[in-house]
Amino acid sequence: MTEKIFTKEEWSGALETLKEPYRLFGPVKDGDFHTFMPLDGDKKPDFDYENSRLSPKTIIYPESERMFEYSLDETDDDAHILKESPKDYSPCAIVGIRPCDVHAFQIVKRNFDNPEYQDPWWTEHFESAILVGLGCNNPCASCFCTQVGGGPFHETGLDVLLFDLGDNFLAKALTEKGEAFLEKIQGESADDAVLKAAEDLKQSSEKKITAKVPTDQLKDKVTIELFDAPFWEEVAFACLNCGTCTYLCPTCWCFDIQDEVSGKQGDRIRNWDSCMFPLFSLHGSGHNPRAEKFQRVRQRFMHKLKYYVDKYENGVQCSGCGRCVRYCPVNIDIREVCKLMNDFA
Amino acid sequence: MLKYTEKIVETAKRLLAEEKVDVFIGYQKGTVPMMNEPLLVNHPDKADTLYWDNFCGLNLCNYLTKRTDKIGIIANGCNSRNMATHIIENQIKRDQLYIVGIPCEGMIDHRAVVRAVKNREILNIVQEGSTFVVKGKDFEETFEKQKFLQSNCAVCRHRNPVLYDEMLGDPLEEQTDVNPYGDIEKIEEMDSEKKQGFFQRLISRCIRCYACRNSCPLCYCPTCFVDESEPQWVGKSIDPTDTLTFHFLRAYHCAGRCTDCGACERVCPMGISMRQFTKKLNKDTEELFSWEAGLDPEKRPPLDVYRPDDYNDFIK
Repeated sequence: MTEKIFTKEEWSGALETLKEPYRLFGPVKDGDFHTFMPLDGDKKPDFDYENSRLSPKTIIYPESERMFEYSLDETDDDAHILKESPKDYSPCAIVGIRPCDVHAFQIVKRNFDNPEYQDPWWTEHFESAILVGLGCNNPCASCFCTQVGGGPFHETGLDVLLFDLGDNFLAKALTEKGEAFLEKIQGESADDAVLKAAEDLKQSSEKKITAKVPTDQLKDKVTIELFDAPFWEEVAFACLNCGTCTYLCPTCWCFDIQDEVSGKQGDRIRNWDSCMFPLFSLHGSGHNPRAEKFQRVRQRFMHKLKYYVDKYENGVQCSGCGRCVRYCPVNIDIREVCKLMNDFA
Repeated sequence: MLKYTEKIVETAKRLLAEEKVDVFIGYQKGTVPMMNEPLLVNHPDKADTLYWDNFCGLNLCNYLTKRTDKIGIIANGCNSRNMATHIIENQIKRDQLYIVGIPCEGMIDHRAVVRAVKNREILNIVQEGSTFVVKGKDFEETFEKQKFLQSNCAVCRHRNPVLYDEMLGDPLEEQTDVNPYGDIEKIEEMDSEKKQGFFQRLISRCIRCYACRNSCPLCYCPTCFVDESEPQWVGKSIDPTDTLTFHFLRAYHCAGRCTDCGACERVCPMGISMRQFTKKLNKDTEELFSWEAGLDPEKRPPLDVYRPDDYNDFIK
């Protein structure tokens, strides 16, 4: 596979020409933080960043997406017929995405695209995307990707991995899609010294992640015992039951489907939903199986750290990006909860 | 403010040991900088983790709603005013509460600190008297607390608790020469079109996570209007009109009840200044009814009472 080195100026120039074959998305400075945005118009990406506030899952899986539209006008021949709303599946490239967020797509893929069930919209969006990752030279203190099967330069799921070597980027193509992407960029082939520098960078970065979040015992726990563990009320006390953790999380995938009608025109929309909200589990009968706050908090952690582990036998439903750790308004820390669950006897 | 930690621990232990309270609600030091976690302690031996510093910007009154036990709780000025409001609105009974008052010097604005160190990662913050030291991987900078107060704290006129059973320090002098509504006056000067544009921009980043609503002690309805589904009142997508409807209605529900504690802004993951809405209504109730919320647990808020001697004609 190709390895290419180019200066940061060359990379910026290349991005301009890459706007033609791809819909480009990248991290843009947006007030106090970074957001993945379409790099159209004069929007400039900023690759000198920790990670975006909202995860780039929004590109593959928008917060609100129109699924179908329909007419309620009885004089229309196709009244009441659901018609797929137009969507843009033209090739897109997400540049500068962090390896944890790419790992998150792999985690989510097991739910949205598996032999049993394929979500057409998630799958089409995902397949239209090239993931051009940027390794993390300086992981945050709240990051723990290495503890959950990833790493700051983790390659799985990426099409291209970029190494920030100061004035230059080293780009490594990891798939055929990635090869095609790199072909469009000028650059020189990397010599052994450059490859060695990249390898050193990777190793030193991995060592910077010191968090210990053991998950090895989760699989062997008896589900109902963990469910009935005595610590849930305490874990949940401070929780506001807001959607910050679930909406910022790159691996939370739950949604709600709503019909919105204006006059005789209707849209069927799917919106992100959150297991933190009482409405999420409210039945039509009025009964709510998760009426209490601690039940909802327990659901979030049990889903990520037990049910997913058991169902897919492929680790936890968490990529260790640390967003919920950093932005939970009341400091409920998944690292601590994971320890409680893993150590529970 | 650090000096209060020891006093809080001591007081909580005493109250729990003497069985004056069943539980004690305060904060514990958070696992990430500038973030403390609300904590409920039910045994004197567990009280040692209680903590207090200038990052206790949530509103603990939020954790009182409809509790049935006897509760010891920390309260600074704004939190105590919300407790008074909770008592007026029958969300808790006065005799269930043992309020431990703290004269409050104001909370530090965590976003302002991040901006001051140019978005570099903060690993630790040490508070020393009127200053605090911010430590990162390769930097250490000292700042004055006074310059980094949350914008609501900088213009706070009720730093001392209005309601308490015990005070942990001498009352502070209240600020009287501050204008809490400077920013609102600027918005009032805009014409309708400009205002609309301003509000749209203000909430453009909203992700409808409802952290603002849920951090607010005033928001305790069993079913919030945005969660009504039979019939549905507000669209659930991120359509700007629906999002603005949520923010406007939330603010109106707080009219005459908001203490400007700042919890809503503090918790917003997207950094939205939704106090621009609630403050306008605070300003109105102050100008029209000489009313500030929660100063007296015996007095009902103006939008909650009918008086035959009301000076307004329209109501007669």
